[in-house]
Amino acid sequence: MSLSREQIAMRVAQEFGDGHYINLGIGIPTLAANYVADDIEVMLQSENGLLGMGPYPTEEQVDADMINAGKETVTAATGASIFNSAESFAMIRGGHVDLTVLGAFEVDCHGNIASWMIPGKLIKGMGGAMDLVAGAQNIIVTMTHADKHGNSKLLEQCTLPLTGVNCINKIITDLAVIEVKDGAFHLVERAPGVSIDEIKSKTAGKLVVTDNVPEMMF
Amino acid sequence: MAGFNKVVDSYEAAMAGLQDNMTVIAGGFGLCGIPEGLIAQIKKMNTKGLTVVSNNCGVDGFGLGLLLEEKQIKKMVSSYVGENALFEQQLLNGELEVELTPQGTLAEKMRAGGAGIPAFYTATGFGTPVGEGKESRKFNGRDYILEESITGDFAIVKAYKADRYGNCIYRHTAQNFNPMAATAGKITVLEVEEIVEPGELSPSEIHTPGIYVDRIIVGKFEKRIERKILSSASNNQ
Repeated sequence: MSLSREQIAMRVAQEFGDGHYINLGIGIPTLAANYVADDIEVMLQSENGLLGMGPYPTEEQVDADMINAGKETVTAATGASIFNSAESFAMIRGGHVDLTVLGAFEVDCHGNIASWMIPGKLIKGMGGAMDLVAGAQNIIVTMTHADKHGNSKLLEQCTLPLTGVNCINKIITDLAVIEVKDGAFHLVERAPGVSIDEIKSKTAGKLVVTDNVPEMMF
Repeated sequence: MAGFNKVVDSYEAAMAGLQDNMTVIAGGFGLCGIPEGLIAQIKKMNTKGLTVVSNNCGVDGFGLGLLLEEKQIKKMVSSYVGENALFEQQLLNGELEVELTPQGTLAEKMRAGGAGIPAFYTATGFGTPVGEGKESRKFNGRDYILEESITGDFAIVKAYKADRYGNCIYRHTAQNFNPMAATAGKITVLEVEEIVEPGELSPSEIHTPGIYVDRIIVGKFEKRIERKILSSASNNQ
């Protein structure tokens, strides 16, 4: 069975290390904040200028001056700090953010990512994605393994305009956990009940599979 | 003699000198921390052919979106646009030009512009459409592109509290691009919630020192919220 959005988010949260500063993109990555393990402490960075993002506010706490990078109302966690956009991207570009998780249209086996522009469709912009993929120490992509027509999103070479080059370390999809290194995808975990053949058939780029590929644990 | 009293009493005085084809740098992230009254004044002046540098372009009927209604913007320099139908329409009609710029690069372009640095190298955008046609260089084995900084004829900035010297502080995430914008305008105009007596703000809490500020006006802010999301513990509307 392929994973639900919530299950992908749960698997993403297993990547969070104690004491990590983490930037979560819009969508599935943001959901992962709901599954942080009880025995670790992490700090979420929101690139509009907040380190230590807390939960959404109650009606009484809503403050127009307090939003996240998705322009949603938000609160500050204990230990938070607030700063300007140049400072925010200094910590991103300077490699101080331990982990970035974001969505993508395509990733290729050279670690390139395309996530912001589909030629012929209206282009809204890259926001902070290009800075994040150029700056974080460790970058994980979450996406479905294939598009709704069944076409693989894990390619030999991205076909869409890139967001960043040679920067993606790991991909967590509805079918598998895949590491990207040495010009290939390496299958490290599969979703419970998903066969290696199915993953192979939906991975267009070079895929390295070892004898024993464990199922994800939840 | 005005001395260091930079407070003006009308929006006309605040934006005096703004002319067609000028570049305006605006603080704000989405609708958070935007100089609402100064934008409304630019609309009232009906200045045309503007290049506007701001992370976003407001929404239909609010924020910088207001300047689209009479087609006052010629070119937008932003990281993310298209929250408004009018923007999309003018873009598709070729009436509006957009220079999409990565958010961190945009912030650094403003910061560098205000700090007298004409250009800087960044890894952001290398190997992507953003890097096309730009000079690139390797440092310690990594590729970087050269990005030029930005200054504006005007910078319009939303702050929380200021004294008459222009020393000011921002509130929460309404800070965003405002401090960088403040440094990068030939004429920098602050729209604030409150003017306080000199000395009321501690010198060590000032976000933007008054040296960057030319004019200050007290505004009234609607502070519209783009996406009101409540915790699941409370009742979502």
